This record gives sequence, C-alpha cells and structure tokens, in this order.
Amino acid sequence: MIKINNLTKKFGSHVSLDNVTCEFSKNDSVALMGANGAGKTTLIRSILGYYHPDSGNVLVNGFCPIKERVKVLQDISFVPQLPPPIKLSIDELMSYVVVSSDVDKELILHYANEMKLNIKDNINKSFFKLSGGMKQKLLIAISLAKKSDIIIFDEPTANLDPDARDDFYRLVKLNSSEKTTLFVTHRLEEVKELVNRQIYMDLGKVVSDERV
Amino acid sequence: MRANKSDFGIKNLYLIAYLDLKESIRAKWFLVYSLVFGGLIALFFIAGVTESQVMGFSGLSRLLLMYIQITIIILPIFILITTVRSISGDRDNNILEYMLSFPISLKQYYWGKIIGRFITVYLPVFFAMIIAVIFGAIKGADIPWSIFFLYTGLLFALSSAFLGIAFFISSFVKSSEVALGIAFFIWIFLLSFIDIALISLMMQGRFPSSLIISIAMMNPMEVFRVAAISLFDPELTVMGPVAFYILDAMNRALFIIFSIGYPLVLGLIFATFGFVIFKKKDLV
Repeated sequence: MIKINNLTKKFGSHVSLDNVTCEFSKNDSVALMGANGAGKTTLIRSILGYYHPDSGNVLVNGFCPIKERVKVLQDISFVPQLPPPIKLSIDELMSYVVVSSDVDKELILHYANEMKLNIKDNINKSFFKLSGGMKQKLLIAISLAKKSDIIIFDEPTANLDPDARDDFYRLVKLNSSEKTTLFVTHRLEEVKELVNRQIYMDLGKVVSDERV
Repeated sequence: MRANKSDFGIKNLYLIAYLDLKESIRAKWFLVYSLVFGGLIALFFIAGVTESQVMGFSGLSRLLLMYIQITIIILPIFILITTVRSISGDRDNNILEYMLSFPISLKQYYWGKIIGRFITVYLPVFFAMIIAVIFGAIKGADIPWSIFFLYTGLLFALSSAFLGIAFFISSFVKSSEVALGIAFFIWIFLLSFIDIALISLMMQGRFPSSLIISIAMMNPMEVFRVAAISLFDPELTVMGPVAFYILDAMNRALFIIFSIGYPLVLGLIFATFGFVIFKKKDLV
C-alpha cells in the first residue's frame, strides 16, 4: 500500500529523513517510534504529500502523493498530534469532511457518540473553543468515519482521559482489519495491544523494524 | 466520469470559498471593517456632505468622491493586513496540516480561499455605496449613476489587485509577523514613497517625463486615484502632474478601461504567482 524508496528530506543543512526505505502493507498495524527529531513526523508528512523530497520517492497505492494528492488522500485518514485551532464550527468542519471526502455525516455522529462526545449540544460551537479532549475525539471520529484504507494517528491519545483511551482502542481494533494503521507514539505500551509491527527511527533513519 | 470529477472540483472550490467567507464574517476584523466603511457613509450624511458644493462636486457625487478618497488609503491596508496571514497563518498553527489531509486539490484550496476572501473584502465597500445611493435617493438627491458604476468597478479592481498581492506574500512568507511587516511596507511604498521618489526625479529633470509618468502608472493606487478623482474634476484643482499627463496622453474611455483592467490583471498575476509558489513549496 505504501512504498517509501530511498527517501531523503533535508531542511537547510539538517537531514530529517536519511535515505529511508520501507513498506507498509494491508493489515500492517505499525507503532512508529523514536526520540524527538528522529524523523517520524517528517515521514508521515511525506506520505501525506506535504513535503517535496530531496531524493527518493513515496508511492501510496502506486500514486505519488504530491502529483496525485486527491487520489492518494481519498484513501488516508489522519489525526494530528495537536488538534489545530480551526475556527470553523463543528457543523462546518463536518460539512468540509462530508463534501470533500464523501463521508456519511451520520457515521461521524455515530463514532463521536462511541467516543462519548456530545456533538449535538456543541454543533455550532467553534472547533477551537472545544476542550483538548473533545477536539481529539472529534478528529478520531472523523478519521474512522472516512473509512480509509490507511489511517495515520500521530500521538492520538495525548489529550484523552483513560476512559476515552479505552474507547479509542476498542474502536480502532474494530476498524483496523484489512487496513494499514500507523501510530506515531513515544509510549509503546499505549498501542502495544493494537500493533503487529514496531519501527524505531533515529536521526532520520529506520534503525529497527520488527514484527511482533 | 470526467464530468463528475469536474463537478466535484467546483463543489470543493465552492465549499472552501463558502467556509472561508463564513469564518471571515464571524471574525472581529470583519465587524470593524464593515463598521468603518458603513460608518463613513453615515458620517457623511450626518455632516451634510450631500448639501455642500465644493470644487464643482455637489450632492451624492461629492459624497462618493469623499468616500473614494478615503477608501483609496484604507482599503489596500485593510485587505493586506487581513488577508496576508490567510495561508501563512494556517501554516503557522498547523491548520493547513489538517485541512489539507483531505482529498482537496491545492488549486481548489487556494482559489477557493481567494474567492471567499474577495467576497468578504468587496461586499462591505460595495454595500456602503449602495446605502449611500439609497439614502441619497430618499433625500431627493440626483443619483450620479456614471460615477457609481465607475467607482464600483474601480473598487472591484483595487480589491483584486491587493488581494492578489496579499495572497502572493502569504504563499512564501513563513511567519505571520513577517507577512504583516511586508504588507505594511508595500502599502506605504505604493501610497507615498513612489510619488515622493518620482517627484524628486521629475524636479531633477534628468529623465523624460513620459518615463516617470509610465512608472507612476504602474502603481495601482495611483491609477485608482487618477481615475476616481481627476476624471470628474472640472476645475482640475485636485489634479496632480501625473493625472494631467495621463489625461493628456490617453482619452477618457481608454483610461477608464485601463484603470479597471490593469489592477485586475495585476491582482490575477500576483495571485497566480502565489499559487505556483504554494504548489512548489513544502505545504507545512
């Protein structure tokens, strides 16, 4: 599904990804780990087509995420580490997702409900005025409702309380079959139950890649 | 299949424009922006501008002339400071990272934002003029339709020019603070520095006047100023040397077409350059 070939990305003189080659297939559930600055986020952003590589390439289902971003992103759900301060209301944000990605609104409401997020009372509230946990729950609900083949979670449980984490694990387990799931995390124990592959990165390189 | 794809494209373009418009209308700057232009018109009526007669202008013409004189100065800076952070600001606080993780093409996102922002900045200045005309009509003043339509077109063109410049800056600047600084510099540069520099060159007499006038004509604010004020000044009392030369060299109709067409094209060129940079650069 995702092929990364000799990918190098530099920011000025800093090498963020150093000739990285790896592949993620269907039913891979991967914990992507490493210290700050190891290159995890750069790798994720390269898959999403945000960065122009200095050399090498990324192919998602055979397509380049920069040249064919619409095709590639139809198959990817992404939850960022920190929910951004989007000024749209919840209703508008859902419309954005529904129209752009052909997602069923009822499904977003369903997963939000499963995450114990009360959308109906907050529907006209600005997204950035919600609490950190509520924002994260909504983004998780959207990512699951999108029914993508590839789901990327960047520290998804950082803002969640223990109950919400349990809800998240339960929903991911239910929805990850026949998919590729990437978890960027600092704490393996949080996603240990969910993953079947662990990748460690350091200084822009993949230093270990093992199946568990 | 292809038709569906294009329908989807238009739908996304409309979606981005609509959401940007809604977001802007809720913002505090939009309230201030609308109050300033609406308030100007209200102030003119309260001050009795429509009853005065100065420099050959009277009634509503006089009011619209005063409105346009102030608009020339404040509209560009309003557009620049409110728009220049649209993409750089979204990049700064990671909104772009999330919003662009959905299958929306960069073309739809960028041009959708421009359309939304254009409507936001243009409508208040346009409505202020409409209000002026309605109130003027109620008070029994003659409605100067030719001036009204010319000013509507000029405001449209001026909004395009500065919106294009603002999106161009926004596409390559990394932080919002720098974007604001550049915007302010461009505004003050076009508002006065070019004039001061050109006047001193003209006084030295080392360059032919036609060259100096041509340089002045490249400044959209100068074109706007000449078109809005000088064309209707029968006494030529508010006419500067640039206006004099322009009206001497070009006929009125041609100059009107130029004064609307040139800023429009300029805005479009800057916006297109901005899009090329936006597409070529790392997105976040």
